[in-house]
Amino acid sequence: MNIRITLDGKEIETTAGTLLVDVAADNGVYIPTLCYQRGKPCLGTCRACSVRVNGNVMASCTVPVAEGMTVEVDAADLNDMRKALVELLFAEGNHNCPSCEKSGRCELQAVGYEVGMLVSRFPYRFPPRTREHVAKYIWLERDRCIFCQRCVEFVRDHETGRKIFTIDDRGTHASIEIDVALADRMPPEQVREAAELCPVGCIIAKGVGYDKPIGQRKFEVKSIRERTLERSRK
Amino acid sequence: MSRKLVIDPVTRIEGHGKVTVILDDDNRVMDAKLHVVEFRGFEKFIQGHPYWEAPMLMQRICGICFVSHHLCGAKALDDIVGVGHASGMRILPAAEKIRRLGHYGQQLQSHTTAYFYLIVPEMLFGMDAPPEQRNVLGLVEANPGLVKRVVALRKWGQEVIKTVFGKRMHGISSVPGGVNKHLSIEERDRLLKGGDDLLSVDQVIEYALEGLELFYDFHEKHRKEVDSFAEVPALNLSLVDEEGNVDYYHGKMRIVDKNKSVIAEFDYHDYLEHFAEATEEWSYMKFPYLKALGREAGSVRVGPLGRVNVTRSYGENTPLAKAALERFHDYTDGKANDMTLHTNWARAIEILHSAELIKELLNDPALQEESLTLTPPESAWTGEGIGVVEAPRGTLLHHYRANREGNVTFANLVVATTQNNTVMNRTVRSVADKYLDGKAEITEGMMNAIEVGIRAYDPCLSCATHAMGQMPLVISVYDTDGRLIDERGR
Ligand code: SF4
Ligand code: SF4
Repeated sequence: MNIRITLDGKEIETTAGTLLVDVAADNGVYIPTLCYQRGKPCLGTCRACSVRVNGNVMASCTVPVAEGMTVEVDAADLNDMRKALVELLFAEGNHNCPSCEKSGRCELQAVGYEVGMLVSRFPYRFPPRTREHVAKYIWLERDRCIFCQRCVEFVRDHETGRKIFTIDDRGTHASIEIDVALADRMPPEQVREAAELCPVGCIIAKGVGYDKPIGQRKFEVKSIRERTLERSRK
Repeated sequence: MSRKLVIDPVTRIEGHGKVTVILDDDNRVMDAKLHVVEFRGFEKFIQGHPYWEAPMLMQRICGICFVSHHLCGAKALDDIVGVGHASGMRILPAAEKIRRLGHYGQQLQSHTTAYFYLIVPEMLFGMDAPPEQRNVLGLVEANPGLVKRVVALRKWGQEVIKTVFGKRMHGISSVPGGVNKHLSIEERDRLLKGGDDLLSVDQVIEYALEGLELFYDFHEKHRKEVDSFAEVPALNLSLVDEEGNVDYYHGKMRIVDKNKSVIAEFDYHDYLEHFAEATEEWSYMKFPYLKALGREAGSVRVGPLGRVNVTRSYGENTPLAKAALERFHDYTDGKANDMTLHTNWARAIEILHSAELIKELLNDPALQEESLTLTPPESAWTGEGIGVVEAPRGTLLHHYRANREGNVTFANLVVATTQNNTVMNRTVRSVADKYLDGKAEITEGMMNAIEVGIRAYDPCLSCATHAMGQMPLVISVYDTDGRLIDERGR
């Protein structure tokens, strides 16, 4: 059903029930996301896509559009809030981009650039997190996990459909875990997909990395904003 | 009652050093010591991280010779994955040439900085000139044309680094078993022929020659002062090629004595069999020496002077540097040269040598090859690797171990400044003897002389020294009871 909503003061026509974050992209308005991927079920974990809907702040990946909605994306307070959310993700883990192999391909870093983050306003937590390197093909560099849950939901054992990754414990004690037996039977293609799926450099394929030279890495060739808008239907 | 002189940098930044001179009742120098901090932190940080990230993290030790650390780490990784020592393999020639190109680019850039920004002002204005003049800003006033050429020279060196590593600083190129990028024809031509604001390689060679001329002029005018300043004995160490001449990227370790007789030559993987490290409670930095000769006789000098002392001749491929080296060798009748300030002569020769080596490489079509990495089979894994290169300041060694799961379990670095520890201490002692002995008062000239002696090695306290062309120094004189009796700072 065709409906009308107002997006940043502009009236637009769209289809009821479509996710707001996609509607925005289809209309040339970029909203940063870290857990959400178009075409996949919404996870709603990172909140980086927060906007104002009819006066209330909501994560736009969780909102199906409805007739008459008024949506604000580009407002000073909202821009700053999204930036703060990204800063929190940096402050919460241990990120050392210069030597990280995900650099240039990392969605957190790319979104950091998009929201204009230079430094975190929050004190860094420097959490002591152990690494998990027992699996044959996958290394978990937990320092960089942002608990988006992409891997938890979308990486499954091909045979049994069981989850390979899980998040253990809660809050500051949360930790990404891997089922080593299942992980060790992942075919190479699935290992690559899992590494690609992880928005940061937490799930990494062992023994590779830095294969793309500086200047030719994913988000250096095309920014995350361009990629998001390009994927839109228009 | 003995007195203690302390020369200490004001700013406590990484890589600081301080000098202590002990005077007896008659103000005679009893002892002189240089204290330098070392890089232990990085050897710890890297543990538990994936081995393939090591060269990227470890290069952050230094903002000047990061390429050397990156390549040393990469060579250690080649060993670990099985494209090195144990398997008798080498990375592909094209990959090695690309690594070499980046390495020579850094040597040119690093030596240019040390030589023109720090040493040339000293040569032009004299050691006793006020520090405000004796730096690159003084040079801007005195000879703006020269400064312009130096800036262009440095920029070109940086451009070589950027072309190979993707960034001017701390870029990424080497991966285990090779490199991740070749040079396009356009990139090559830009370096060869120059362009908007960029020198051509021939101009670079011309400017490098001009730099060498500056040393000749200075030497002509101040021969006695230069030659007699801190002439201190040491063996000389360098990586060498099959002919026994310097190879900045790979080769065997060769050590020669005053007569240039080969005292030892071995595969660098056997370094630990030949070298031991002494420690002193007053220094964080160790004192490596050849086990066979003991600490006094077995200490080595590395860096420009060490390398030109080991080398008999450069190849025909670098004719200008070859001729310059002959002149250098003639000066000491073919014997090894122990004159500390001749390190600057050697450095100027190496700027020229790097420039000529780069020119040769740029004309090599191998740089455009597509196949750049070897992927060895699982069974080739060794889990241990040693990488050695000749960094601008001298022989640099990285030693890593990783377990089969891929995490680094051990890392050790032996940096050039550590190799030079004993000879730098001898230099400080020699300068102290000459300039401080019998005098109670600390003069500006004394401070300068100590500084010049240390600077000849361009040691890793250069983070401090590169700031404004002078080391921030404080000299304090204490009596045996620790009471301050004199202090001078700047
Ligand atoms: S995961 Fe991304 S943000 Fe974190 S260190 Fe790596 S590149 Fe930087
Ligand atoms: S490992 Fe990666 S994909 Fe999984 S929760 Fe952490 S950040 Fe998300």
